[in-house]
Amino acid sequence: MINFISGIGRYGVRKINALGRATIMLFYSVVGKPQFDKNFPQLIQQLYVVGVQSISIIAISGLFIGMVLGLQGFNVLVRFMAEGALGQLVALSIIRELGPVVAALLFAGRAGSALTAEIGLKKATEQLTSMEMMAVDPLRRVIAPRFWAGVISLPILATIFTVVGIYGGKLVGVDWLGVDDGIFWSGMQSNVDFWDDLGMCFIKSVVFAVVVTWIALFNGYDLVPTSAGISKATTNTVVQSSLAVLGLDFILTALMF
Amino acid sequence: MVKYSKTEFSVGLFMLLGIIAGVILALKVAGLTLSYDSGVYSVYGYFDNVGSLKVRAPVKIGGVVIGRVSAIYVDHEKLVPVVKMEIESQYSELSSESKASVLTAGLIGEQYIGITPGFYDEDMGSTYLKDGDRIMDTGSAIVLEELIGKFLYSVKGDGGSDSDTASSEK
Repeated sequence: MINFISGIGRYGVRKINALGRATIMLFYSVVGKPQFDKNFPQLIQQLYVVGVQSISIIAISGLFIGMVLGLQGFNVLVRFMAEGALGQLVALSIIRELGPVVAALLFAGRAGSALTAEIGLKKATEQLTSMEMMAVDPLRRVIAPRFWAGVISLPILATIFTVVGIYGGKLVGVDWLGVDDGIFWSGMQSNVDFWDDLGMCFIKSVVFAVVVTWIALFNGYDLVPTSAGISKATTNTVVQSSLAVLGLDFILTALMF
Repeated sequence: MVKYSKTEFSVGLFMLLGIIAGVILALKVAGLTLSYDSGVYSVYGYFDNVGSLKVRAPVKIGGVVIGRVSAIYVDHEKLVPVVKMEIESQYSELSSESKASVLTAGLIGEQYIGITPGFYDEDMGSTYLKDGDRIMDTGSAIVLEELIGKFLYSVKGDGGSDSDTASSEK
């Protein structure tokens, strides 16, 4: 019994310790005198790896999710003779929920796991330690550009996802199933508010970007430097960031709407 | 000419794509207009019942949107619902005799405020509505349950009072 309770305690202390180390890592890599000339090429490189290379998966998933929403929405709405509300349905569900959340989940799988594995390998092969030997702060040199790249990329990716998804819904609803084009767009425009809906979509995706990138970087930075450790950390990144995104999504939605 | 790397070019393209997507969202999806005339003036209407009117519901004249509902609250002294409407300044020539009613778009549609413009006659003391003015003539929302109740029991509404004209609305 005592063993059980102390086991819970040990678990809790370990988790809180990890949270503390993660915060310290983020703090030292983000806070400090900015060195644009030194870090900007790094940032561009990471934006390419994290952002540009994720476009294809984000755009294709967005297209299909929008098309499925259009199809499913049409099948339900047509029963109530309310096909006119299809644009509103597709736009609001993608903008409020699916855009930020699915983009963040895909981002965690596509870019987050890659970040963890890359930093983990750097650590396992002691590249981070040798950087410190050369008086280069690995937090500023390795972690910070990747963090900023993630934070910049995910909101852009979520926006692209949203636009492609809405056009996917339009493709199915208007061009295939014959909802009127004008009603589709005007119903959307009268029900989507710039600040309330799009603003919240943006806030959500920024929050998710910080969380997903942070989890990915910390799992890579903190892993046990073995091949098994790298694989475990990569799995942890995807599992933890997916759970964090879904949980935070509920909290943010409850706070906002 | 400075040589640009493929990476920089594609990152630039990525950023541009994001900006374009954002602009499409703002203009096409949210219907934000660039030439937004920020001038609005607020008028107030005291209703008996606002039904399920929401903040941001449109204010219309004959189906054309001229403003939005910006706040709904209860007057502390009279304990009646007050609707604050923001009307675009270009529609400044609304007579104070105009009537504001809570209407419903379609059978189960959203509720909005319909304004029936009143006559304008200086001799009769009518003025144009200004910022902060109150629309005296108001029509409440039709509540379906009340309507059914009236129909079933043939209870005559007491009528008479200025603002209780809901039952005469078509």
